[in-house]
Amino acid sequence: MIIYHKISDIINICHEQNLKFWEVVILGDMDERMVMRSESYETMKEMYMAMKNADENYDKNLKSPSNKAGGDGEKMRIYNTTGKNLCSSFTGLVMEKAIKMGESNACMKRIVAAPTAGACGVIPAVLLSYQEKFNENIDRMVESMFVAAGIGKVIAENAYIAGASGGCQAEIGTASAMASGALAYLQGADEETIANAMAFALKNMLGLACDPVGGLVEVPCIKRNVAGAVNAISSAQIAMAGIKSAITPDDVIDSMRRIGDSLPKCLKETSEGGLATSKSAQDYYS
Amino acid sequence: MSIFDIVGPVMVGPSSSHTAGAVRIGLIARKLLGEDVKSAEILLYGSFLATGKGHGTQKALVAGLLGMKPDDYNIPDSLEIAKEKNVSITFGEANLRDAHPNTAELILTGINGRKLDVTGESLGGSRINISKIDGIETNFSGENPTLIVHNLDQPGHVSEVTSMLAHKSVNIASMQLYRSNRGGNAVMVVECDQGVPEDGIKWLEHVEGVIKVTYLGLL
Repeated sequence: MIIYHKISDIINICHEQNLKFWEVVILGDMDERMVMRSESYETMKEMYMAMKNADENYDKNLKSPSNKAGGDGEKMRIYNTTGKNLCSSFTGLVMEKAIKMGESNACMKRIVAAPTAGACGVIPAVLLSYQEKFNENIDRMVESMFVAAGIGKVIAENAYIAGASGGCQAEIGTASAMASGALAYLQGADEETIANAMAFALKNMLGLACDPVGGLVEVPCIKRNVAGAVNAISSAQIAMAGIKSAITPDDVIDSMRRIGDSLPKCLKETSEGGLATSKSAQDYYS
Repeated sequence: MSIFDIVGPVMVGPSSSHTAGAVRIGLIARKLLGEDVKSAEILLYGSFLATGKGHGTQKALVAGLLGMKPDDYNIPDSLEIAKEKNVSITFGEANLRDAHPNTAELILTGINGRKLDVTGESLGGSRINISKIDGIETNFSGENPTLIVHNLDQPGHVSEVTSMLAHKSVNIASMQLYRSNRGGNAVMVVECDQGVPEDGIKWLEHVEGVIKVTYLGLL
């Protein structure tokens, strides 16, 4: 039986049984749900393909039911073609895809919650762009999804993944940590480096409030997906350089939980504080 | 918790609690009713009432009542589809005390006249809890095959149900008993590891003292 509750458990199992990070996660899923390896693998592949479909089905003309969200992904795409891109073309594409997915979600299109609907843009933005720009094969992409899922599961078990429970750090923060570990894996990272990438990404998101304007998954959620995605890239690159996180990955996760517990209720998806109660927010949807 | 609770589900946005969870509440209510919905009075409470409109909560609940799953492309158009199918839908404010912030009460009439009053709570990440059926408190998620037996509060009914399940080799994951008052109406909610065969359910319906049997298979 493969059972893990901490990032350190995954790393220990990797060492003891000579397995890769993603293999520990797929074996754990097979044991937990009592399914064959092929079933677990195909389910994950379906999730990746559903992300890809959602990205391809972005509709630049669509507006959300509030009539406020939509169309910004197209603006990003156009700007990316002007040659004035501040970031690399990879990062530019990641930003574009993150906004598109966030807008598709707001417009009631079909998306993949990862780990939540509000944070659904982070992982596909990073992974789909990686496959496009680096011509990675589908099997490696699915393996990286298992890396992301394993990280997310540990965070969900030891802290939380819902904004209502722990603030935005729990949603975009978790998504960013998951994407960063996956990206490091695609770049050839071993399990320790994956864990460091995850730790850097989550550390940078600690304390982030969930203060959506009007209670909707629009402001600031859509652009937060960009922040989470770009943070995942920089965190993976820091880890790939061989830089180690001073705080262990499991301690970062525990810190996220303690910070979430200390956050006042008004910053946990109640729209009773932060941006949601700013002066401009009051006029936004009226 | 499965890794596919973390990556997944595939769903129509924008909110796993206010949209996907709401679809699931509607869908489970439809399954509990056991026939197509003819009319529904939908009462919203808390955050469902306050921010539901922007999240498509109303459309999501109706989509579920029409049998749609959380990834159905037609969720945004569910109100029009209900109209086309002559399903009467009305919305109102739920009069509840100390309820979960994301709560909906669905008062349903089926095409064959069956009636059911279901209250559901959306807990986040598309997980839900059915907290009340026909005025009696319950507590189940719909993630396992679930057997709901309405019976008179008198000795022996629990053992009739559990004996039938044992006979059909169905293992019980959890079991809850509720009643309105001593000797009044009682409800038994049994969550199972395996599906319950149809003939077992049919048999239960004919047991004396059993008023109604509702079965919820896997969604």
